[in-house]
Amino acid sequence: MPSLKTLRNRINSVKSTQKITKAMKMVAAAKLRRAQAQAEAARPYANRMAEMMSALAAGAADNPNAPALLVGTGKTQTHLIVAVTADRGLAGAFNSSIGRYVRSRIRALEAEGKTVKIFAIGRKGRDYLKREFASQIHGDVSFAGKKSVEFKAAEEIAEQIVAAFRAGEFDVCTLVYNRFASVISQIVTESRLIPASAQAAANENAPVAAPVEYEVEPDDGTLLERLLPRNLAVQIYSAILESAAGEHGARMTAMDNASRNAGDMINRLTQIYNRSRQANITKELIEIISGAEAV
Amino acid sequence: MATNLEIISPERRLLAKPADMVVIPGTEGDLGILPDHAPLITSLRGGTIEIYQGQTVTDRFYVSGGFAEVTGTRCTILADDIINVADLDPAQAQADLDMAQAVYDQTDINDETAYRIASDRLIAAEGKLYATSHK
Repeated sequence: MPSLKTLRNRINSVKSTQKITKAMKMVAAAKLRRAQAQAEAARPYANRMAEMMSALAAGAADNPNAPALLVGTGKTQTHLIVAVTADRGLAGAFNSSIGRYVRSRIRALEAEGKTVKIFAIGRKGRDYLKREFASQIHGDVSFAGKKSVEFKAAEEIAEQIVAAFRAGEFDVCTLVYNRFASVISQIVTESRLIPASAQAAANENAPVAAPVEYEVEPDDGTLLERLLPRNLAVQIYSAILESAAGEHGARMTAMDNASRNAGDMINRLTQIYNRSRQANITKELIEIISGAEAV
Repeated sequence: MATNLEIISPERRLLAKPADMVVIPGTEGDLGILPDHAPLITSLRGGTIEIYQGQTVTDRFYVSGGFAEVTGTRCTILADDIINVADLDPAQAQADLDMAQAVYDQTDINDETAYRIASDRLIAAEGKLYATSHK
């Protein structure tokens, strides 16, 4: 049986841990609200962009001169996986679920004889993937220390990716991120960035308003040349925002659980403490009484 | 009848209201969008968006580039970077223009992508300076 003093120390340390987890939960809740608002505000642009893309892509898909960003290079040899994670931990399985998913994807692709490269957005994912695939990391970005992500940052990432694609460093690009479904659930989502036509086709399956024949200025090709990199940036941006909202949601849930566990532990420890305190008193009483009787 | 104008930037929806006419800076030239315009998708160059109610301009925005989608009833502008013309600083605009010009002069004309980007920037900077002189 541990001494009373060590028990008291343990109770105090669990109490201060609980204070920290409670505070982290509050902070995550506040940040979640902001991140959600930001993700919501960015949605109209992304939706309109997707509409425009599918209107244009439908016409350009059969065109042999369609931009490579849309139809791909015709090969699927080298893959680039863009993994979006958080910069900070203590968010439950948030980061590791992305890490695990990406790892199993890489293993599967490599089993097919493909080459895989990784672009890591967020520090945690980079650290996780570096352990196993250090030589395959193509690049990484982190937003540690920044309050919120600006569109410019996503645009820079998109520029890097497009430049690498044009340089022929990969054929297919996939984005893996946590989609914010609700505060307690984030879904690992994979979406195809390059070639973009696969994703446009997926959009067409959704019920779309009656297709309108658009006049296009300056012309299909030039417009797509401009639109595609932009669309890439928008997709990365919304993935980062979704992931940010998901991160705070995950942290909130994780910290809520941690606070509850700490509470349970305090109760248990307090009970042990009280019992052993009482046992000590009883023991001392017995000693005093039996001492008095002996006299 | 009016066109439902929507101006959206990647970060948020900036404006959504009906307008009698919108003048947008298309890459091939300015376009006046009136109700019942034929469906059109165009990219934008750097320039000024003017919103008309009746015969008068109610709002002017400077846009650095982007896209516009027009149908008979609505006009959606997906702007890259957008700012109210009243908030533009002429000195800053001049500095931007000088910088864009310097970059443009150094760009290799044979590198198609780089050349396009540089010339887009130059046009955008010119448009910005022009916008500041027409507040």
